Amino acid sequence: MLIIDKEKCIGCGVCEDNCAFGAIEVVDGCAVVNDNCTLCGACVENCEPQALRIDGGEKKQTTNLEDWSGIWIFAEFRHDKVVPVAFELLGVGRKLADERGPSLTAVLFGAGLDEGAAELIAYGADAVLVVDDERLRDYREDVYAGALEELIKSNQPEVVLAGATAIGRSFIPMVANALGAGLTADCTQLSVRAEDGMLLQTRPAFGGNIMATIECPHARPQMATVRPRVMAPLAPDRSRSGEVRRVVIPDDVLDSKIEVLESVSCEQDNVHIQEAEILVAGGRGLEDEKGFALIRKLADELGGAVAASRAAVDAGWISYPHQVGQTGKTVAPRLYIACGISGAVQHAVGMQSAETIVAINRDEKAPIFDLATYCVVGDLFEIVPLLTSKIKEVRGT
Amino acid sequence: MNILVCIKQVPDTKDVRLDPRTNTMAREGVESIMNPFDRHALEEAVRIREEYGGSVTALSMGPPQAESVLREAISCGADDGVLVSDRAFAGADTWATSYTLARAIETVGEFDLILCGKQAVDGDTAQVGPGLACRLARPFVTCVQKIRLLDNDSLVVERMMDDGYDVVRLPIPALLTVVKDINEPRVPSLKGKMKAKKAEIKVLGAADIGADKQCIGLAGSPTQVVNVFTPEPRGDRTKLEGTPQEQVAQLVKALSAYL
Ligand SMILES: Cc1cc2nc3c(=O)[nH]c(=O)nc-3n(C[C@H](O)[C@H](O)[C@H](O)COP(=O)(O)OP(=O)(O)OC[C@H]3O[C@@H](n4cnc5c(N)ncnc54)[C@H](O)[C@@H]3O)c2cc1C
Ligand SMILES: Nc1ncnc2c1ncn2[C@@H]1O[C@H](COP(=O)(O)O)[C@@H](O)[C@H]1O
Repeated sequence: MLIIDKEKCIGCGVCEDNCAFGAIEVVDGCAVVNDNCTLCGACVENCEPQALRIDGGEKKQTTNLEDWSGIWIFAEFRHDKVVPVAFELLGVGRKLADERGPSLTAVLFGAGLDEGAAELIAYGADAVLVVDDERLRDYREDVYAGALEELIKSNQPEVVLAGATAIGRSFIPMVANALGAGLTADCTQLSVRAEDGMLLQTRPAFGGNIMATIECPHARPQMATVRPRVMAPLAPDRSRSGEVRRVVIPDDVLDSKIEVLESVSCEQDNVHIQEAEILVAGGRGLEDEKGFALIRKLADELGGAVAASRAAVDAGWISYPHQVGQTGKTVAPRLYIACGISGAVQHAVGMQSAETIVAINRDEKAPIFDLATYCVVGDLFEIVPLLTSKIKEVRGT
Repeated sequence: MNILVCIKQVPDTKDVRLDPRTNTMAREGVESIMNPFDRHALEEAVRIREEYGGSVTALSMGPPQAESVLREAISCGADDGVLVSDRAFAGADTWATSYTLARAIETVGEFDLILCGKQAVDGDTAQVGPGLACRLARPFVTCVQKIRLLDNDSLVVERMMDDGYDVVRLPIPALLTVVKDINEPRVPSLKGKMKAKKAEIKVLGAADIGADKQCIGLAGSPTQVVNVFTPEPRGDRTKLEGTPQEQVAQLVKALSAYL
């Protein structure tokens, strides 16, 4: 329930402006809440006189928190390779384990996993739990969920992290539901609160317009999926040692109702903008496909790839695999050149961790300039060709 | 084929923004809409019914105003709508939402297929579909981009993956979450709109679905929001000055490490 302290309320209306649901209104100088309230807390956060408070009622304590310890990461393995997000998870997991202890364990499912397990140790795992079984070669929601649930129940880790990939986002929620554990989706920041060791999970909400920090005070394990390309992996150290533990999962858990008939990789038309060190990105300002031809020249000159905003993809000037942002890909290149992109938050969340950002835009008030390292205010149809030829000149090509 | 579609009403996120100076949410012009992914789930359900017969029920959990997305669903082809609404549900995270939706669906009836959107654009979690499947103990596949085959006891679907897609067979009853590529939703017909206007939307509260108080709303949510804030802007910007030629020259110099 949202509790309103009538004595403290000054009727300023800040809460009314804050509510995305139209659930609070100032009537006769005092805030009044209606049935649309979702208890999101935005009003409480911004109430200067502190007249608002959320009363959550009795929280149920489902488990003895002391019984759970250790940091786990789920290492995704697909088409015979450990997926890179696993190394990123080990990077952040290592930090958490060093602070919170006692150890960092990677869980690896699939078939033919020896090399993968060794790699995970090189990237920071203290131990790897390996379930090497033909029945886990293909990704199937029910067996992956069942197997991980089984392992968590018998080992009781305090924290379980997985990549916010198609696979992680699909079966991890099932595990969390089965365990009665809280799960935070698509985190971009993780830390341990010093006082009580609670995992603080920060993620974008409302399409990146707002960041929210979430905790799971009463249930264990604390579970989160983590957005790929946001956390940094450690440099691999092949001399690290760690324990590889092979685990057998009961047959009935590995019996699937789902059958994978075919697994198709679309490498050829799947543009690897996530791997590129340099990206030249175009938006609505490019006006048409020809605009993309222009930035493609610049990208070729730089040895980079071409990316796009959603507006450009929606207009049909370039295909969806090039899209950067909340509903596209998250990229973290060394250099990102944004041409004719306004820099809406939904775009920004996908590219703001680039090392250097150049923005070319004729509107000096465009939000992209808040992110940019170098701001060029001007007409891209003038700037981009100049830039391409200047680079050509400097490089002597 | 009896199909249930889960539909969420969401604020139109592109309008939601915290004012960086006052840290207040600018509400101006923020409309409530049907979650875009759910529109595709609904369309798919209606297409299946058109081909195989049966019924399409739209179900939403939310405040009373969420009734409007159910009417909209009826105008787009759903047969009926059920609103799961109670103040006790407020503050539910995905765990409590999955629980509540599962109880509600069990109360409403038996369904061969349950369709959800891949994710709701307010929270972008994509957790409720799989959570619901877990609660209802039925097989599920997420991110379906195409239903290839459907018969009485199984279906073959394409599941979108990060690096391509998988072709997957699963038995019915099942639950699917769908992505936008699956279809192009229709606009409501005039007849549909008339039907929607007259339709009676059934409302179920916590008691009607036999919900355990400990599992719903804020109290039933294992996750808790402790802080909300605006993302910080990056601080290190340089504005280039001069003619376009001069700006480009400065820029190329600044970027020398990348050339
Ligand atoms: C739920 C949701 C998810 C979304 N997900 C994404 C996402 O993943 N990725 C994404 O990119 N967007 C996403 N969006 C859309 C996002 O809100 C913006 O609408 C979009 O990013 C705008 O693209 P744009 O910058 O190309 O176009 P605009 O906002 O129209 O900006 C065009 C810019 O080009 C400049 N310009 C025009 N002509 C010239 C010229 N000749 N020279 C120089 N500059 C010029 C203009 O000044 C303007 O700033 C999402 C929106 C929603 C609601
Ligand atoms: N309150 C709700 N009422 C009905 N369906 C919902 C609700 N919340 C989530 N869903 C369904 O679950 C999907 C995923 O939502 P989410 O996990 O919130 O991203 C949505 O696309 C809907 O189909």
